[in-house]
Amino acid sequence: MLDLSKYQSIGEALRDALDQFWNEVCLIEADREREKERLTYRDFKERAHPFAKALQDCGFSAGSRASIIMTNQSKWLISAYAIFFAGGVLVPLDYKLTPDEQWQLLKHSGATVLITEYPIWRQLSTSAGRAAATSVQTVLVTEAPANVDLAGAQRWEEFRGTLEPVFVPRKRADTACIVYSSGTGGRPKGCMMTHENYLEQCVALTAIYPFWPGVRYLSILPTNHAIDFMVGFFGPFTCGAAVVHLRTLRPEYVREAFPKYKITYVSLVPVVLKNLQKGLQARFEALPSGKRKIFNVLVGLNKALTKNRPRPGLSRLLLKQVHEAFGGELRAIIVGGAFSEPQTLQFFYDLGIPVANGYGLTEAGTAITVNDLKPFRADTVGKPLPGMEVRIVNLTADGVGEVAVRSKTVMAGYLNEPELTEETIVDGWLLTGDLGRFDGTGHLQLTGRKKNMIVTEEGKNIYPEDIETVFESLPGKEFCVFAANYIWPKRSMVGEKLVLALHLEPGQPYDEELRQDINTRNNRLLNYKRIHGVVLLEEDFPRTASLKIKRNVLAERLAKLDCASAILPL
Amino acid sequence: MRTLEQTTQEVLDLAAKHFHLPAGSLAPGDDFFKKLGIDSLQTLEMLSRLENHFGIELPDYEVQGVSDFKTLAERIQSRL
Repeated sequence: MLDLSKYQSIGEALRDALDQFWNEVCLIEADREREKERLTYRDFKERAHPFAKALQDCGFSAGSRASIIMTNQSKWLISAYAIFFAGGVLVPLDYKLTPDEQWQLLKHSGATVLITEYPIWRQLSTSAGRAAATSVQTVLVTEAPANVDLAGAQRWEEFRGTLEPVFVPRKRADTACIVYSSGTGGRPKGCMMTHENYLEQCVALTAIYPFWPGVRYLSILPTNHAIDFMVGFFGPFTCGAAVVHLRTLRPEYVREAFPKYKITYVSLVPVVLKNLQKGLQARFEALPSGKRKIFNVLVGLNKALTKNRPRPGLSRLLLKQVHEAFGGELRAIIVGGAFSEPQTLQFFYDLGIPVANGYGLTEAGTAITVNDLKPFRADTVGKPLPGMEVRIVNLTADGVGEVAVRSKTVMAGYLNEPELTEETIVDGWLLTGDLGRFDGTGHLQLTGRKKNMIVTEEGKNIYPEDIETVFESLPGKEFCVFAANYIWPKRSMVGEKLVLALHLEPGQPYDEELRQDINTRNNRLLNYKRIHGVVLLEEDFPRTASLKIKRNVLAERLAKLDCASAILPL
Repeated sequence: MRTLEQTTQEVLDLAAKHFHLPAGSLAPGDDFFKKLGIDSLQTLEMLSRLENHFGIELPDYEVQGVSDFKTLAERIQSRL
């Protein structure tokens, strides 16, 4: 790995990585069963430098802003490298936003260059929002069919300068990226992330989950997401590792990619991890009785032998078939973006597949804590990463309070929002808006969001995420627990209640059997933690690109219902 | 060569079968996320079924933002 302490900027570190690891594979791009591309670091440089030169020929210079709206693919990373090489600021946007939302963010960011894919541009170019983003002067479109009208854009593939580009140095404190948080806490905010934020975060993360030449990271989370940007681009590149992109995310091709490319790491959001768990459980249950018994004994044995630390070699030997399905070299699944259910994490750990469960937010430069596996703790989000100062502020009697972070990875602030920045970063401490506590061994346990919570009349604080674990695997499509007072505010701090928002499967009735199921589960909770009623919803819950439930948007949707009639009592 | 109407009908029949709904319960203008109550992962599974049936490949980007059967059938038709 490069010694990142010596570097001032992302561009400088990546530039050296391309030279140092020139003969290593850095990118593999596959589309279904076909491998489309395999690039070494030298190949990557040969693609990226003419692109960087063409940017410079267009007047792109230090501090210029360029946005990428693309699915995960090699041109995403090549474009990003070129932007950093030319001293620019990258604005990675979520390709799943609506065209109008994308234009709104492009306008807000002040981006002058937009790099996107043809199908996305087809929608963007005809959107009414285009008129507002007048700052965007150059649009580069990848993979456009021949003879189509590009509506003022240029072809990415033909955008090449002829001479060598000039490397533009940046300082650690300079802004490297403007990242719009898809956080569930409110409207998108442009986090100004500095070069130092990324350099420091990379050092901290790779200390626990190292990359090296030969490691293959499967990039599934969108690269605009802070996690994939770090572990699917900057981290592996500064270590000479390879990134595997899939142009289709159909589950069958994702499954095939593990053994085909001998994947070492993959990042997933909890909902996908849970789907994976369901699939595996179904396969285990389908085993003939005798085989299933043997399998369960082996899982039990693995569990006992890995209680204190992971033993990958041993686990692969004991549970060979499971590990072979994952390619036999999977070291960890990195999970983030939302709260993970402890039993899902434990399920994978017991199979000998550690899940790097952590906690972070864009504003803090991706990860704040991560499970160090010494030992594995499914019930926490791990310990603070090296260089992270984490403390709990405004403590209540039970030791819970708001999580605050101070580190070199904390953003410089929100773009054009000085007041919001001042409210969020106080005396150098980033107030996360998340609630938690440290246990006796220094592991952080999260208990909920600051705002969506109730205080019982006995003075007990209750957090919906705590309650939700009881309703896991409840028949139905999806659910979410809310504080009724959060949805339908009332000027009283007494009589607060929790409700279960429930979206049933198509054709599934809300019948007596289901009501009984909910009641039985509810009764497992201490009486002051129980939900008060159920609110049935017929629409899919709104989710972010990383499939987190947008609680605030869902709450707004619920708020339109009449409180008294919407809540079905239990 | 199928007509667009035939393609649309086959899409509806296959979707109904895949999600265990009575034949004829889906309409071209239905939003399949809402009507079937499915998420994006389940949609991808349905697309694989449709690809196998029609013997075509539908790139993910072709169906990005598509949520009704009619548009989906049009995208399929253009690749037949």
